[in-house]
Amino acid sequence: MTPGQFNQPKLRVSGATKVYSTRSGDLLAIDRCSLDVMDGEIISIVGPSGCGKTTLLWSMSGLHGLSSGEVLLDGAPITGPNPEIGMVFQDANLLPWRNLDANIRFPFEIKGTRPDRIWIDELLNRVGLEGFGGRFPRELSGGMQQRAALVRALSYKPSVLLMDEPFGALDAFTREEMNRLVEEIWLDTRTTIVLITHSIDEAIFMADRVLVLSARPGRVASVHEVPFARPRSLEIMSTKEVFDLTNTIKAEIVGERQSRYRQGGAAGAVGAQQATG
Amino acid sequence: MSETDAIPEFRTKAGRTDVGITNMSALTSGPGIRSAGEMLAILFVAVAVIGGTEVLLLVFEVPQYVLPRPSEIATALVVEFPQIAPHLGHTLVELLCGFAIGATVGLILAAVITQFPFVEKIVTPYILLLVTTPMLALVPLLILRLGFGYEPRIIAVALASGPMVMINAATGFRRVDQGKIALARSYGASTFQIFWKVRAPMALPMIFVGLMIGSIFGLLTAVGAEMVGGGFGLGNRLTSYSSMIQMPQFFAVVLILSILGILIYVTFFLLGKKFASWEA
Repeated sequence: MTPGQFNQPKLRVSGATKVYSTRSGDLLAIDRCSLDVMDGEIISIVGPSGCGKTTLLWSMSGLHGLSSGEVLLDGAPITGPNPEIGMVFQDANLLPWRNLDANIRFPFEIKGTRPDRIWIDELLNRVGLEGFGGRFPRELSGGMQQRAALVRALSYKPSVLLMDEPFGALDAFTREEMNRLVEEIWLDTRTTIVLITHSIDEAIFMADRVLVLSARPGRVASVHEVPFARPRSLEIMSTKEVFDLTNTIKAEIVGERQSRYRQGGAAGAVGAQQATG
Repeated sequence: MSETDAIPEFRTKAGRTDVGITNMSALTSGPGIRSAGEMLAILFVAVAVIGGTEVLLLVFEVPQYVLPRPSEIATALVVEFPQIAPHLGHTLVELLCGFAIGATVGLILAAVITQFPFVEKIVTPYILLLVTTPMLALVPLLILRLGFGYEPRIIAVALASGPMVMINAATGFRRVDQGKIALARSYGASTFQIFWKVRAPMALPMIFVGLMIGSIFGLLTAVGAEMVGGGFGLGNRLTSYSSMIQMPQFFAVVLILSILGILIYVTFFLLGKKFASWEA
């Protein structure tokens, strides 16, 4: 990966390390992760479960600090939640006691600013939720909830959108629809997007670059360019390039697990020794 | 979009089986009355039960001092109501004052204590003690110190209802959804904003449960305290009528207490439905 020398990355993560102290000792979640996200780029992060993807994303959003390393947004270090960053969470994370309108108003109530009604209506139209403002989250399907969450995250025009497995709970069709919707919105806004996902297909379809994290502790194992023009059609998913890329990434994620499995006996013995010693 | 027709209700999560305002009681789990036929059937059963009691008591010549007939209770209620009404007023004053004090203190304590887990650990045993101790036991002592006026009763009601409100509200406040808090924090919310905009609404269903249980406990304690001593209140009427073996009047007062209890329940149920219906 060679980031452009001439322009500053939108988001730069350098040497990000996060240690959680748990009852059973310190847990190294991510270890010296570095990546540059250019302005207007879409990056997907994939990796085996528990590899620290969410930890990395939360660090980027300023929701929690790093043990060492830093995150720079437009060159300035991120130390806490930043109005330039929008988050989309694993489940839609709508507040169940507020209807859709009030949910979208929520960020503005917290920030004490006035919502841009025209922009929000435009977003609602785009995601097909016009006229649903009075509905409560429980009255919306999973896809609609996630679309509402997307509108909420974009409502205050962040320049970076961080998405934490946003469509993991949706069925495959809704998921594809959501992927195209995000791309559509991206074509309009050119928001920088970092997307965490479990689906290699989704990662490739969405991203300019796919970042593969290793198993815990999370390290950047590899980065893959996805050289397809936008708007992309689902047909690219059946090209040989994507097929090969999918297999490469899969091998990286699964292969790593296999190698751990093969060494399982030895590793287990070491673990047992440590436990007794 | 194709979803514009009838929207089926989607449950956000199936695992939410906390106690909520809407699943507190079997009363609410029954479906609403659907048709005139159902209404008629319900009325018919009610008439049969009350009328049947009336007839049975007549046929077996049960003396009035053992169990008065429903018609006698109804008559006593109408005839004696002007005499009972002031006592009802006294009981309501005790209940309202005591409950207002108890619920306010309970809510504030719950909100503050749950913010500091360490304090909560220290305080919880005493709260449990207050919840499990029948506050009626303190009434003779309170009367000894404060006389036969409103004060001992109001204090007893507050002591009975407050811990109930507090322990339920605390359960609500403790029910933290880290995702929702992270969401608020991602917008830069302060601790205060997180409390008012996330924790408090989230606790609301449990707060209503607490208020409902607390007020019912308050009513029990108010009546109990009135039975212990003092010359006024519905509890005092109960002891007075029973000592004079005026059973229709006695049961009329019991009936008033039942209606009072149901009214309290329905009030908080409706309030809960209005303000905390999102959790069902």
